[in-house]
Amino acid sequence: MSQEYVLEMSDIVKEFPGVKALKGVELKVRPGTVHTLMGENGAGKSTLMKCLIGIQKPTSGQIIYDGKEVLFNNTISAMNAGISMIHQELSPVPERTVCDNVWLGRYPKKGPIIDKARMRRECIELFEKLGLELDPDEKMGNLTVAKMQMVEIAKAVSYDTKIVIMDEPTSALTDSEVEYLFKIIEDLKAKNVAVIYISHKMDEIFRISDDITVYRDGEYITTDRAENLTIDKLISLMVGREMGDMFPKVECPIGDVIFKVENLSSGRAVKNVSFELHRGEILGFAGLVGAGRTETVETIFGMRPRTGGKIYKNGTELNIKSPEGAIKHGIGLLTEDRRGNGIVGLLSVSENALLANLKEYGFPLKHAKMGTDAAEYVEKLNVKTPTLDTPIKNLSGGNQQKVLVARWLLTDPDILIVDEPTRGIDVGAKAEIHALITKLAGEGKAIIMISSELQEVFGMADRILVMHEGKMTGIIDRSDASQELIMKYATGDVAQAGAAE
Amino acid sequence: MKNAMKIDWKKFVSQNSIWGVLIVLVVALSIARPAFLSTANLKGLLEGESIKGVMAFGVMWAILAKGIDLGPGAVAALVSVVVASFVQPAELATRLIPGGTQLPVWAAIILGILIGAVIGAIVGIVIAYTHIPPFIATLGSQLICRALSKMYSTAPVSNLSDEFRWIAKGKLFGVIPMIVVVFIIMFIISAFLLTQTRFGKNIYAIGGNDQAARVAGINVEKNLILVYVWCSVCAAIGGILLAARTGSSDPSTSGLNYELDAIAAATVGGTSHTGGICRVSGVLCGVLILGVINNGLVMLGVNDNMTNIIKGLIIVGAVAFDMRKNTRKI
Repeated sequence: MSQEYVLEMSDIVKEFPGVKALKGVELKVRPGTVHTLMGENGAGKSTLMKCLIGIQKPTSGQIIYDGKEVLFNNTISAMNAGISMIHQELSPVPERTVCDNVWLGRYPKKGPIIDKARMRRECIELFEKLGLELDPDEKMGNLTVAKMQMVEIAKAVSYDTKIVIMDEPTSALTDSEVEYLFKIIEDLKAKNVAVIYISHKMDEIFRISDDITVYRDGEYITTDRAENLTIDKLISLMVGREMGDMFPKVECPIGDVIFKVENLSSGRAVKNVSFELHRGEILGFAGLVGAGRTETVETIFGMRPRTGGKIYKNGTELNIKSPEGAIKHGIGLLTEDRRGNGIVGLLSVSENALLANLKEYGFPLKHAKMGTDAAEYVEKLNVKTPTLDTPIKNLSGGNQQKVLVARWLLTDPDILIVDEPTRGIDVGAKAEIHALITKLAGEGKAIIMISSELQEVFGMADRILVMHEGKMTGIIDRSDASQELIMKYATGDVAQAGAAE
Repeated sequence: MKNAMKIDWKKFVSQNSIWGVLIVLVVALSIARPAFLSTANLKGLLEGESIKGVMAFGVMWAILAKGIDLGPGAVAALVSVVVASFVQPAELATRLIPGGTQLPVWAAIILGILIGAVIGAIVGIVIAYTHIPPFIATLGSQLICRALSKMYSTAPVSNLSDEFRWIAKGKLFGVIPMIVVVFIIMFIISAFLLTQTRFGKNIYAIGGNDQAARVAGINVEKNLILVYVWCSVCAAIGGILLAARTGSSDPSTSGLNYELDAIAAATVGGTSHTGGICRVSGVLCGVLILGVINNGLVMLGVNDNMTNIIKGLIIVGAVAFDMRKNTRKI
């Protein structure tokens, strides 16, 4: 393999007012390889990539791409030079066709008129070249997230690309879609395209990476071949210390049934889900993306209409019509979509922490008590923030998540539902949140935990409820659980009646 | 706590830079026209801006909640004409509505505020439950309220009773005009609601991210309705003051375009149209800045059209500055 690098970034410094996000880091990418960037959130991976493709300007440093020193002013010039980025949050134009989205901003023209025939023809050629099964005339908004991502990749490749950057591309994909993505990555490699891959998922990283570079707190730590590294070694490089057990599961006594759901339904998304939840128990929800797990807890929490079934707490039937009602009955929901319906970005850390609990502070609001309560929980949960008044949007994902956990703990719920509690947050914060959930269960709270990471469900849950296409396909005891069994239920491979227990 | 005592100067300056603008304007004007600082002129300035100021303390809530209210001017017209019709000398009141009577001043005021509250509730319910963009919903309410006020009385209503006019023309301690007192009271109530109550905190959250607010157990619909009720009540109070100050009410011109001045004041005062950002002190400053500009340009002999051009530039400039300030931090 050629030892020449397609991209060499050295001594990159990026300063924001008051923060030094990058402290002279480097990155060397070989052509035709998958180069993974690793580091906790806030380590500077995304900032480095933004400096590369011209979203942000590095304060100082050198970028040598394809043998020449470059500094892109915007993403368009980066793309034209052959560097594309597929962002974590896709930004398609949902009302336009797939074909339009591929050519967005650079429509081929015949004189002043857009050459639609050529657009469509080249789009089909492109999809064929990549082996994608996509209809160029489909409306973008009708595609699944996975398909949209394929379109983005096709778009990137269409620029005669040498480097494709993928920022957490698999966070919204199902296992089969991930396989498909990996196949495309292999194809890209075969075409001598380098892929810069950002992810937190260890198993993926070791499957596809050739090289791995680790960053920590804006500093370059090391670059090594993937085969020279192990998960433990990588984690200790990332956090700068040896990690304890990722899943500090403590066996705690399971109490009485506190919560019961019978034949819960919500339209077509949730069909006849029934389960019991005990004090001190962690009930895991497993299943593929789109299996209806989030919808189930949203129905319990009053965020979507309940079209059938009953909910009981301590034997009394609850009639929950809104989150407000659910909170009154001692239920909390840490949602999956942290930015969409979790944080209020403009508000401060303390205001976000107190948001669900304002009723406690009377009229007029007791500001002193609010301050001490917020400070207490921020400290308890080890939230890293400059001050309590810092807007929460300035915090890293993991710290935002901890503030949201604080928000629910302040309401002192009996039942806490956590939906993908560790998605997109770094390893350190992840372990802290796991420990916290376990501790809450130990205090006698009942917990429902949705997770798409099987390891997390295995590590944390006492029982695992598996869903497939809106239906519950089984509840598995911790002792009987195996990856194969869960996948069987999750793919609907087992008759629904055969719930193993 | 020790930390709380320490003033964060950088933040303080960034949040209050608008007061610097006001001070610069005042200093520059008083050098150019020393008469600007005369008691009579300043009193006139305050009296003139009080009504729009009261409306601005209402409309800022709608903007904070990521909405807008285009209704206040027309609501003020409707309320002023109805209230005026009840505080005329008896013989005139009867002429306007068959069998009509005079109401005691306090009853007429309460009636006016109730009208405002009802209109606000209707607008709020429409916006909260149908998800019609507030711009459109309140454009509708503006047209309807203006038409209703013209239907209520085809001619201007004048000769209002002196007891009624006291609420604007009267003097507290013989010095401070009542209209300014009302303005200050409304400022205090707004500040209290915004910073010391759950309602205020809820609206910040709704403006910042309504989905997150809902999940945190906030009844978004109820709070939005209250916002538009409050906004309309402020407009109604503005309408009452307007009638009391001028001693008459003309259904077709009273309060015309006042909502735009109120929106401008709230905007210049740093209320963000992307929702979730608002400080009452900023809005107060916005009201004063626009007042000083109005007053100052007249004193400098700048003509009306030029004044509006300058005002337009200031509003656009303020928002451009605001957008820069708020996006830079991402």
